[in-house]
Amino acid sequence: MQNIDVRKIRARKFSLRRITFGKVIFYLIMTGLACFMALPLVYLVVTAFKPLDELFLFPPRFFVKNPTLQNFTDLMATLDSNTVPFTRYLFNSTLVTVVSVFGSVVTCTMAAFVAEKLKPRGLQAFSRIVTYALMFSAPAAQIPIYLIVSNLGMINTYWSLIIPKIAVPMYFFLYQQFVSQIPNELIESARIDGCGNMKLFIRIIVPLTKAAISTIVVFAFVANWNDSFSPMIYIQKQAMKTLPIILSTIGTGGVARAGAGAAAVFLTTLPTIGLYVAMQTRVLTTMAYSGIKG
Amino acid sequence: MINTARKGDIGEPAVVEPAVKEPKKRKKRNRFRTEQISAYLMAAPYVILFMVFIVVPVVWSLILSLTHYNIVQDMRWAGLENYKELFTNDDLFIKACKNTFSFAIVVGPFGFLGSFFFAWLINQLKFRNAYALAFYAPSLTGGLAMSVIWLNLFSSDRYGLVNDRLISLGIISEPIRWTMDPDYILPLVIAVSMWSSLGNGFLTNLAGLNNIPNDRYEAARIDGIKNKFQELIYITIPSVKPQLLFSSITGLVGALGVFDVATGVAGFPTPDNAAHTIVGHMYDYAFLRFELGYAAAIAFILFILNFGLGRIFMKIFSSVDE
Repeated sequence: MQNIDVRKIRARKFSLRRITFGKVIFYLIMTGLACFMALPLVYLVVTAFKPLDELFLFPPRFFVKNPTLQNFTDLMATLDSNTVPFTRYLFNSTLVTVVSVFGSVVTCTMAAFVAEKLKPRGLQAFSRIVTYALMFSAPAAQIPIYLIVSNLGMINTYWSLIIPKIAVPMYFFLYQQFVSQIPNELIESARIDGCGNMKLFIRIIVPLTKAAISTIVVFAFVANWNDSFSPMIYIQKQAMKTLPIILSTIGTGGVARAGAGAAAVFLTTLPTIGLYVAMQTRVLTTMAYSGIKG
Repeated sequence: MINTARKGDIGEPAVVEPAVKEPKKRKKRNRFRTEQISAYLMAAPYVILFMVFIVVPVVWSLILSLTHYNIVQDMRWAGLENYKELFTNDDLFIKACKNTFSFAIVVGPFGFLGSFFFAWLINQLKFRNAYALAFYAPSLTGGLAMSVIWLNLFSSDRYGLVNDRLISLGIISEPIRWTMDPDYILPLVIAVSMWSSLGNGFLTNLAGLNNIPNDRYEAARIDGIKNKFQELIYITIPSVKPQLLFSSITGLVGALGVFDVATGVAGFPTPDNAAHTIVGHMYDYAFLRFELGYAAAIAFILFILNFGLGRIFMKIFSSVDE
């Protein structure tokens, strides 16, 4: 109780003193920086809505004057001229991304928790190997991976886009870092209460690491959704291809396609931003480890 | 697995006192064993997938790096020839190293320090969700996808917005050929990468900062910490060490692994190889020339670089006090 009072008084003192000048300047600088960071994305959005004559206007203008959906209808027209409807690609992308994200989050968090807190024999050495794997640049291992995937008979199936991308060293490492901050006493007291491993993980660890899990969900979603490399090498059937690979064929169509290209990028980026906004409040939720010290 | 579990039991107090032979103890031991098995089972899916899709391919390519292998011809043993060739006979590789280093020395520290600094600042602001979105959004776009926008903004004639603004401000008189002039390509790639370099480290730091329990700050205030700066040094930074380790290592690997952005901005290969990077060199040999042995050797040099620097970061950030 006393602590809280002290904090409140402090807080008031701080805010009263700083609301005057420094704070205003600080907010102005941060807002300026934020706008600068957002500039290319804003430009992406306005370009996607520019009519043809504004795309080639001289002198060029940043904002759009007569916004139009022309670029999007152009995009749809080019995509639908194929035998496969646009919605099929959307379905492929969604299915593959959702399954991979789910698989990644479940397997990586469970294994990282076991390695960090339960420490059965061998798993500590294993987690060191994961850290080394983090430092290995992927392209060189890509061809052996391809041979493994094709030997397992996964070429031209959804599995080829999911299974090889589930065990990501980065997520394991990230989750391990967060779990290491959970005090061991907490786990021991749960043990005394008769918690099994799985129960301990689901009831105690997961609620305490919601921020980390949400972060991994965002990372995994962005990585899988934007991935155009795997479908390029594993999938030959047109009907199995995913959005990024279809949309990238439009973006490269030269300057004349700039509008449609921007529209395509805009459409692919939209879900990642949507997901981030949805997860943001979880990432930014302040954790209160109340009652740990006992 | 059973073997190792038995070994572990020897050191346990339950075994040290064999005189006590109550059923209760037995139950406890049995439970210990099932707990161990369930721990292995929980880790198993990740371990298996990791072994099949990461360890095996990496070991495979390590072996390949010691051979001459190009898919078409038979594999020939090469020993360390690939590595020797890279350092003594491949000028383009040396150039790629130089480019990569001058890129990494700017983008790496900027990304690492920026990702912590901005996360720390934003965490204290009102409307922090909006600020966080603005700073993180660049990382949500695919590096390659945004090239549509970069090529448009940095177009080489006056139709490009950047050239036009610079000319009308009187800073330059002739349009700069951003994506074609070898003098400007690397700086442009660096600038574009800095824009999206806060990335994963930023979000991780933000989550880490939020995980710091409030009572730690309260206790510190009672202990006599006066200002924000002291709070930062004594409380905040030690509390987010694990996240700093993560962001330093991913930042390092990302900076030395630059390739996507360079390709998106300046194409592949870049004019006069002005933005030729180590990963670009490897990509060239792996997917265009199919000289897999040579490509794997490049990958291992990069791995050793990452590893050496990564060890330093681990030394700095891994000591978890408490």
